[in-house]
Amino acid sequence: MTHLEEPVAAKPAHHAPAIVDPVVAAREAEARQKRITSALLYLDGVHVSFDGFHAINNLSLVLAPGEMRAIIGPNGAGKTTMMDIITGKTRPDEGDVYFDGIHDLTLLDETQIATLGIGRKFQKPTVFESQTVWDNLLLALNVDHRVRGTLFWRNTREQTERIGKVLETIRLTDSRHRLAGNLSHGQKQWLEIGMLLAQDPKLLLVDEPVAGMTDVETHQTAELLKEINRDHKTVVVVEHDMTFVRELGVKVTCLHEGTVLAEGTIDQVSTNDRVVEVYLGR
Amino acid sequence: MTPHILTRSLDRSATIFLLIVAAVGVLLPLSNLALPADSMFQVPTYLLALFGKYVCYAILALSIDLIWGYCGILSLGHGAFFALGGYAMGMYLMRQIGPRGVYGNPILPDFMVFLNYSKLPWYWYGFDMFWFAAAMVLIVPGLLAFGFGWLTFRSRVSGVYLSIITQAMTYALLLAFFRNDFGFGGNNGLTDFKDILGFNVQAEGTRAALFALSCLALMLGFLICRAVVTSKLGKVLIAIRDSESRTRFLGYRVESYKLFVFTLSACMAGVAGALYVPQVGIINPGEFAPANSIEAVIWVAVGGRGTLIGAALGAVVVNYAKTVFTSGALAPYWLFMLGALFILVTLLLPKGIVGTFNAWWEPWRAKRDTANEDSAAAEDGVSKPRPAE
Amino acid sequence: MPINLVERFRTFLFAFVLIAASAIPALAGPFEDAVAKFANDEFSDTDEAVGEIATSGNPQAFAIISALQDGRLLADPDSKKVYLTQADGKSIDAATGASVASVPDSAVAVRLNNRLRRTIDAALGGLTLMSPDPAKRVQAAQSVFKTHDAAMLPVVDQALEKETDKKAKQAFVEARAAILLFKEDATDAEKIESIAVIKLRGDQEALALLTGLAGAEQSIVVSRSAASATTAIQSRQTLWSIAQNAWYGLSLGSVLLLAAIGLAITFGVMGVINMAHGEMVMIGAYVTFGVQEIIRTSYPGLFDYSLLMAVPLAFLIAGLLGIVIERTIIRFLYGRPLETLLATWGLSLVLQQAVRTMFGPTNREVGNPSWMSGAFELGQITITYNRLWILCFTLAVFAILLAMLRYSSIGLEMRAVTQNRRMAASMGIATSRVDALTFGLGSGIAGIAGVALSQIDNVSPNLGQSYIIDSFMVVVFGGVGNLWGTLVGAFTLGIANKFLEPVAGAVLGKIAILVLIILFIQKRPRGLFALKGRAIEA
Ligand SMILES: Nc1ncnc2c1ncn2[C@@H]1O[C@H](COP(=O)(O)OP(=O)(O)O)[C@@H](O)[C@H]1O
Ligand SMILES: [Mg+2]
Repeated sequence: MTHLEEPVAAKPAHHAPAIVDPVVAAREAEARQKRITSALLYLDGVHVSFDGFHAINNLSLVLAPGEMRAIIGPNGAGKTTMMDIITGKTRPDEGDVYFDGIHDLTLLDETQIATLGIGRKFQKPTVFESQTVWDNLLLALNVDHRVRGTLFWRNTREQTERIGKVLETIRLTDSRHRLAGNLSHGQKQWLEIGMLLAQDPKLLLVDEPVAGMTDVETHQTAELLKEINRDHKTVVVVEHDMTFVRELGVKVTCLHEGTVLAEGTIDQVSTNDRVVEVYLGR
Repeated sequence: MTPHILTRSLDRSATIFLLIVAAVGVLLPLSNLALPADSMFQVPTYLLALFGKYVCYAILALSIDLIWGYCGILSLGHGAFFALGGYAMGMYLMRQIGPRGVYGNPILPDFMVFLNYSKLPWYWYGFDMFWFAAAMVLIVPGLLAFGFGWLTFRSRVSGVYLSIITQAMTYALLLAFFRNDFGFGGNNGLTDFKDILGFNVQAEGTRAALFALSCLALMLGFLICRAVVTSKLGKVLIAIRDSESRTRFLGYRVESYKLFVFTLSACMAGVAGALYVPQVGIINPGEFAPANSIEAVIWVAVGGRGTLIGAALGAVVVNYAKTVFTSGALAPYWLFMLGALFILVTLLLPKGIVGTFNAWWEPWRAKRDTANEDSAAAEDGVSKPRPAE
Repeated sequence: MPINLVERFRTFLFAFVLIAASAIPALAGPFEDAVAKFANDEFSDTDEAVGEIATSGNPQAFAIISALQDGRLLADPDSKKVYLTQADGKSIDAATGASVASVPDSAVAVRLNNRLRRTIDAALGGLTLMSPDPAKRVQAAQSVFKTHDAAMLPVVDQALEKETDKKAKQAFVEARAAILLFKEDATDAEKIESIAVIKLRGDQEALALLTGLAGAEQSIVVSRSAASATTAIQSRQTLWSIAQNAWYGLSLGSVLLLAAIGLAITFGVMGVINMAHGEMVMIGAYVTFGVQEIIRTSYPGLFDYSLLMAVPLAFLIAGLLGIVIERTIIRFLYGRPLETLLATWGLSLVLQQAVRTMFGPTNREVGNPSWMSGAFELGQITITYNRLWILCFTLAVFAILLAMLRYSSIGLEMRAVTQNRRMAASMGIATSRVDALTFGLGSGIAGIAGVALSQIDNVSPNLGQSYIIDSFMVVVFGGVGNLWGTLVGAFTLGIANKFLEPVAGAVLGKIAILVLIILFIQKRPRGLFALKGRAIEA
């Protein structure tokens, strides 16, 4: 596994949030003054319900910059919904969601949030199946994503190198001209992680990355995530696989019915009575 | 920058396509004008006009393929943009008639005199100047598409909902243009054109020139589409087509992309309509009929969507078939054939002619190519755009 | 029997009145003298003659004056004889009623001017005031109401006194009020009373009468009371016109609902846009035509039951056709909604052309059974029976469908598939069977809609085309997967359309509706009653 380097080039302009909405600007100015939190991701008192069904209940979660956090919880606990809230897919009915201490994520849409530097890997691998592996990574690359920028986009050596490096990391160099749709399930998972890397976000949300992987692949994925985290990226990993979570060796949060049930090291959490009860049934 | 875009846009098949269109655009008018009427190779003027119509349809098909084949937007109202471009050109042609109309009014077109207009409606101002009308050919469809797209894409109306709404749009325009007091000649539309830029529209030379111009417009439109779909923007479009929300999570503003291609496509359709009108000699509200728009979609499906060349080919093939069938003894069966075409193509030939051909030919060529040169394309990061799945 | 007695009594009375009227002047002479006046060829003499003849009570009076009106009254200036050409072409002597062999060449038609024509109208009106038929009397009273000729007052008074029919009496009272209102020597009290009567009548004619009064010179009290009556009538009429529009709107809404329900079902359950839906409606209408054709030729007595037979037949035929279509085409296109749209459009072309080849491109005659023709008045709005029946029928279809979805097992399965197709499949529901049945059901309902629409629209191969866009708008507006949304959507659009029409005109109203829907989709991309949930997002 090669060591992942921070891309050398100057930070692309689009990481500076392009905010036009005066409401958003005002909220951010206020938040900047208060700077309520030094946390990178800050969720507090979040509620979401779908047609009366409470998927998320008073959820609070704080992530320090550079932290990696594993989230576990039975099916339907609201883990994916939590990611939907952070990435702007679902609007919370109540509660605060702040990124970097200033950006109120409840006011922004998916595009704006992604532009702030939040990347996401979906539970069901979603890559662009009719395009090549290379093109998938190219699309994810964090360069100018506006219409004009992509219309007159030209490749540079630096971009080629970055994609090459990602390809090496996810071990798909030889498959770079294959259509993403023709990859195996595990390869798609990796390609999606590769897209996250190409996106180079500050916060990575990874939903069930090792589902459908062999033990070896699972191990390699754990290594990869740890390495990403070493590059001072903040990572949230949702996973069922306990061996995998154990291997990550990070703080664990257990969700149940939309609230935090327990938080701590994997050993603390897995011996917690309530957690055991939830997992094994009452 | 320009040469870079050109080399990127022109792969082998694109070049061949352009060469063929260019050859047709030069040779047909030449044979029409230069050869004696009894020569075997002389193309009669009526055929030239017919082919000119096909070429305009091909441009319309290209514009539909750009949004449907590459971005997944199925517009059932593209005939509206075509017709609006046509009306803009028709208004110029009407004003060129001047005092030669039946009523001899130097300012008002005949139908306005007939309907007791006392003066020219304000929206007819400026159409006596060619440059103005030409600008309107782009601006009017473009603006409508922009406004419509801005409203719908922003609120994420997509899929069949969008298709239905586009159909409602052209239907509303159909109703509006049928009205006499709308100021566009109502039922009868605009016709009896005399000349364009001082040349008689009926003259053989003018017709030949219009045909050549249409071919040129087709080539230009094709090049623009190629430039768009081979750019990174083209990849974003395909990404949107395949998974719109995933594209959003990568930080692309999907609605801007859709708005861009939709407007571009509407402008192209407008140009097609503008070239169509002087060649057929009339534009009337019937062009807004929803059935026309949906028929144009089937040209693209037949030729193969997401291939551009296929769209143009499909337009020509289907319309040629239409001409052959509707003029012969089979006329009552044409609608059966057209209907069957819709069903069979979607069921049995979802990739269309060109797409199916590519599916057979590509693997073979890929094998040959990899034998020749290894991975030159990879190093500049541009791989060939794939045909639609 | 008693009716007969009353009738006879009436006739007797009528004869008595006429005799009484003619008994007062001298028995011979005046009538003949009056008739002779026509020969003077002077407008003033003709005018006098008309007046005298009308009040003469002579049984020939009506015939003479209406002949005068039609230009069939000829006068010979030399012999001062007046001839009347009857409808059958024979001529009689107007004064005596004896038939004559030939009319002398010197006889010319008695000339009329506009003033005379009015007098004639009034005179004829007065004569029919005495008609034995109450409906005729009402009509006559109405015409007096319009002309309000002061000369008619005595006749009206007389008629009023004798009148026993309630309706006719009311009509005479109104006619009298109209006359008094315009009579120059009527007192203010009389006039104000008249205004009250006219105000109660409250229709367009009453309004015209009162506004006509504004031209004449009046005392302040009268004109004030007239003005207030005018505003009162106007505001009442606004209410009635709102009610009328609402009725039209409900009627249009029911038609839209009928056309859209089937579409809503297929779109809601299967996510399939069926562009051939309109053609299913058209086929239903042709089934009605076929049924009526057979009945007409073989069992004419059953005509009134033709629709009752057509409804199940249309449901079956269209439904079976729908199942065939689903099994042969739609099934292969699931998950590709845009392709489905194109394929079904192709299908609609084929079906249209097939019907055109079989039945010809022109409109086919579909009759209304007796219980569906005609209309009745509700206050000032007219309600036609066919529209009313269609509204009831639509609501019945809707209720049955709703009950079916809620209580039957196939309904349960359909709802399950609507909400989560994959889940339903894994629960052991045969989704493909549900799809076929759903499509059949949607098409069958379209067929039923065709039966109803054949009663109010032209039955031609293009019938379906005219409904398809509107029905889609209903579904898009109402929201998918919820029949109540379709109901609310259809009636909202129907009513909005009918209220916009008088303001903006039919076409602009329609355009406005389309634009409004486009804007509405902005706010609620999934319609009024949207299904929520993850399944929808897929
Ligand atoms: N868009 C939605 N509409 C309705 N229910 C939803 C939606 N999103 C999530 N849910 C419900 O919320 C609950 C939490 O789901 P999810 O976040 O996917 O759980 P998990 O922890 O397994 O990822 C589930 O019961 C799911 O059905
Ligand atoms: Mg999940």
